Amino acid sequence: MQTLKLVAVSAGLSAPSSTRLLADRLLQAARYRLAEQEYAVDVEVVELRDLAVDIAKNFVTGFPSAALEEAVEKVTSADGVIAVTPVFTASYSGLFKSFFDLVDPSALTGTPVLIGATGGTARHSLVLDHALRPLFAYLRASVSPTAVYAASEDWGSGGDEYTEGLPARITRAGNEFADTVAARPARRTDDEEIVPFEKQLADLRLD
Amino acid sequence: MQFGIFTVGDVTTDPTTGRTPTEHERIKNTVAIALKAEEVGLDVFATGEHHNPPFVPSSPTTLLGHIAARTENLILSTSTTLITTNDPVKIAEDYATLQHLADGRVDLMMGRGNTGPVYPWFGQDIRQGIPLAIENYALLHKLWREDVVDWEGKFRSALQGFTSTPRPLDGVPPFVWHGSIRSPEIAEQAAYYGDGFFANHIFWPKQHTEKMVRLYRQRYAHYGHGTPEQAIVGLGGQVFVRKNSQDAVREFRPYFDNAPVYGHGPSLEEFTRETPLTVGSPQEIIERTLSFRDYVGDYQRQLFLVDHAGLPLKTVLEQLDILGEEVVPVLRKEFANLRPAGVPETAPLHPAVTRTTQEV
Repeated sequence: MQTLKLVAVSAGLSAPSSTRLLADRLLQAARYRLAEQEYAVDVEVVELRDLAVDIAKNFVTGFPSAALEEAVEKVTSADGVIAVTPVFTASYSGLFKSFFDLVDPSALTGTPVLIGATGGTARHSLVLDHALRPLFAYLRASVSPTAVYAASEDWGSGGDEYTEGLPARITRAGNEFADTVAARPARRTDDEEIVPFEKQLADLRLD
Repeated sequence: MQFGIFTVGDVTTDPTTGRTPTEHERIKNTVAIALKAEEVGLDVFATGEHHNPPFVPSSPTTLLGHIAARTENLILSTSTTLITTNDPVKIAEDYATLQHLADGRVDLMMGRGNTGPVYPWFGQDIRQGIPLAIENYALLHKLWREDVVDWEGKFRSALQGFTSTPRPLDGVPPFVWHGSIRSPEIAEQAAYYGDGFFANHIFWPKQHTEKMVRLYRQRYAHYGHGTPEQAIVGLGGQVFVRKNSQDAVREFRPYFDNAPVYGHGPSLEEFTRETPLTVGSPQEIIERTLSFRDYVGDYQRQLFLVDHAGLPLKTVLEQLDILGEEVVPVLRKEFANLRPAGVPETAPLHPAVTRTTQEV
């Protein structure tokens, strides 16, 4: 059976980072689900902190460093992407957005994406739906219905009679995402696309 | 192989003195640079085309016509001519006239331009960049080859029974290059017509150039113009040279650090590692330039950018002296030794130029 490649993008800045922790947990949940279905899974995490300077330089020069290019390639060639950001000033962090600004707008078309965010308070949890979801909708990614927000307090509390706790939400999101990844047809290899010149002329009705 | 220089024509403050040349100075300096290029034995001078400050070359054929009158051998070219926003009829007329005045010493490079507002300023839509390049060039190609043209396209008013004058010198249109950084459609266009492909090669790492040139060569052969190795390839490059490496680095660094486009970003060292920019001694320039052949194959034209980022005229002229005396003669010899038989030495020259060369 084919090996599925899952890549998590973490925009956490501290070490250890709760953003990275959430990314790891989501990755793990998806991986278990796929393993149950006997898929071989490769997982990888792209830490944007390590690429922060390269990302800024890309904006200035117009081209990526080798390390950044490799990271973008990992993300755009993945079978599924988990994208997790801390909440900064009522939205995703600037670093998180900057990274996705450098991804070709069509490169994630149809890619299953699971979004997550972390913050100091649960009051920012809608950032998932007013910031991250539209971003990936623009990129025409297939965003999982369940997204996960982890406030600081979630790491130290369970659910209550009305809501599930963080682990249950992570599992549900991981399962949904994994099922989308498994259901998606194998990616075609991205050969150099040539539109024959006759076709280009014909499109302009010049032949 | 042809060696030359290409200019962006930017008016930039010299970061070491704080002095900004006037537009008048910049235009006159550009002429001085072109004349120097001929004096030191370079083959090509190419000018960019821009329609916004801080750039001066909005009227390339005026500039090139003036230089043509003051030179004997220099080939006058462009880097690039905006095929998207110029009327192809005007390009046909202007460059045919230039070709007559310069006795055939003219070729030109088509480009789309990357300044967003230029499109609407000239009544076009940047989202149509590639279709504009394709349709406008199809018309230009026809205007230079058919005496009476009937034409209907998407972007320009129709032409019925139109003759572009003057006709190209001796009926041979100027050779055309197509320049692009990473659009496969343009490599495909160059290949289709059997025209040259020029890789900007400055602001992008070499992988882009490698990929685009490979594609162009394959498609050139596909369209039956020759073998992939015979396709006509040109490369940009950017150098700063002094007798010894440390002086070159020390002198160029402030210009690099403050350069428009890539300044205030990566260090000079990173940028020279990741792009073809070479700052150093003549020997270092020679070695780096020869290494371009490793990933594009034997090619026909090498243009260097030497006059941007506020470098003063005196420095630029010194650069040209060193290139002409110590760099280019060695490169000519080395590239010639490496080039297999059957691979063209240069892009096709106009018969009028070939005649003059033979008479000498």
